[in-house]
Amino acid sequence: MRETETHTDTITAEAAEQTVHEPPTPTAAARRMTLNMGPQHPSTHGVLRIVLELDGETIITAIPDIGFLHTGIEKECEVKTWQQAVTLTDRVDYLANLSNNLVYALAVEKLIGDIEIPPKAQWMRVMLAELSRLNSHLVWLGTHALDIGAMTVFFYCFREREDILRIFEMFSGQRMMTSYIRIGGLALEPPRGWQDRVGKFINAFPSKVDEYEELLDANPIWKRRTQGVGFCPLEDLLDLGVTGPMIRAAGVAWDVRKNEPYSSYDKFDFEICTRTENDVYARYRVRLGEMRQSARIIKQALAGMPEGAWQADSPKIVLPEREKMKTQMEALIHHFKIVTEGFRVPAGEAYQVVESPRGEIGYYVVSNGTSKPYRVYMRTPSFGNLQALPALLEGRLLADSIASLGSMDFVLGDTDR
Amino acid sequence: MIPEALKDHPVTAALDASLPEAITGGHSEHNEPTLFVASAQIVAVCRYLKREQGFVRLSAVTAVDWYPADPRFEVVYLLHSLEKHTRLRLKCWVSESDAEIDSVCEVWRAANWYEREVFDLFGIRFRNHPDLRRILMPTDWEGHPLRKDYPVHGHKYSYGEES
Repeated sequence: MRETETHTDTITAEAAEQTVHEPPTPTAAARRMTLNMGPQHPSTHGVLRIVLELDGETIITAIPDIGFLHTGIEKECEVKTWQQAVTLTDRVDYLANLSNNLVYALAVEKLIGDIEIPPKAQWMRVMLAELSRLNSHLVWLGTHALDIGAMTVFFYCFREREDILRIFEMFSGQRMMTSYIRIGGLALEPPRGWQDRVGKFINAFPSKVDEYEELLDANPIWKRRTQGVGFCPLEDLLDLGVTGPMIRAAGVAWDVRKNEPYSSYDKFDFEICTRTENDVYARYRVRLGEMRQSARIIKQALAGMPEGAWQADSPKIVLPEREKMKTQMEALIHHFKIVTEGFRVPAGEAYQVVESPRGEIGYYVVSNGTSKPYRVYMRTPSFGNLQALPALLEGRLLADSIASLGSMDFVLGDTDR
Repeated sequence: MIPEALKDHPVTAALDASLPEAITGGHSEHNEPTLFVASAQIVAVCRYLKREQGFVRLSAVTAVDWYPADPRFEVVYLLHSLEKHTRLRLKCWVSESDAEIDSVCEVWRAANWYEREVFDLFGIRFRNHPDLRRILMPTDWEGHPLRKDYPVHGHKYSYGEES
């Protein structure tokens, strides 16, 4: 696109005159039109720019242009201490903060090696990651339905999302940038009364999912706009690096939670939702199913939450209790060291994968033995998925592009980092 | 040369038999098999791993800058096999004076954006890449931000010195 721009700049006056005087011919070339969609188009869900070349209403080529939200998070991680960098992981995918906290914490804990996360912290992490998944899927369903023209679902979804954000606020003091999962466990002790709050929400939630389903599936317009739209062969999806619900809607039962379990996911009973149609409707069904499965996991976590510590017993990594600092010299020294210098992580590298609401999120963390990360690479699902956008759009109708785009469920912060 | 830690790894042995000289070392830290691959052989190795060993997915391509060491850059390929649910990491070393390596786009189309990102942020060029442009930074940006000699603060767009 940028090339064409420079071309138009350098066109001579003579050439411009020629183009003006040429009589319009109904050739294919003359029917072509370049359309600039975004970066401030409401249905691109953020700042995504797509340069579309159209022939009538058919998209010939689609070139995504990203990077508008690039904030250099990976670079900034390199000047923070290991624990400080947790706050940056929140800001990568702002709809699934806790999934990002979790994958970073797991990667660093793998590097540290000599640290054992108590069962309670592991189960809490699972529960909160699943609440994040609900949060993210709710925002997705609401906005996706809104794009296609179903207004009501949006309000319903955001009603439930509000409850989830209040739960996050109760745990961490923040609605979105929680930073609640830290290296070595959790940031704070789970608040008093969290069981009631989460229990009340999760008992009511499955009936809410039925409500959304009824609203949309009983709507012939929704079905006509989603069924058979946005198809892309599975081989292409895999080759282009697509992960998560999009792959599962194409019939592959691959979920990191099942296939490479982390944080005691293997102790939970849930199913991988798959469909075979591989269209926008199938992706909607998969995510709807995932919401029900997440609710199942949260219920199990609530029922079987282990008792005990919520932080690892590693005084050199985890901040000491306030009371101990007043009575024990070691605790005071550890506190001083952790706060002023941070802790050192043995040299090495680790790649940790987690199933985020959007797909495989992987952090490749390299340490050179100091108290700051040498390199944190974030393999984000939105970046991987978005690469398949041209394959979903090209050769299809412009009107379907909105449905296809929405079905990918990308977050631009996650893409650009 | 098969590294000691990966002697029993089935993929390594098969790869070494089919493409001798390609593997120059490796390790298995934290049970994550990592192979060092001769830069000139990277495309052949990737093609073999995809076709014969089922690594249908390229999770990502990234790089690490070990400034001021020479060779300076480490290009890292994260591979995943859906059939066996195994992961493999490949590494190639690239020097600063000749920061170029063959693109693996012909093996996995997914490599396209990842290699553009590495080019954008590290300044490593990929030969035979179909569309090697900046992807995250503006097209007219100077420098490559993830290099270690690139400042975190105080680049030319700093607001601190405005009068």
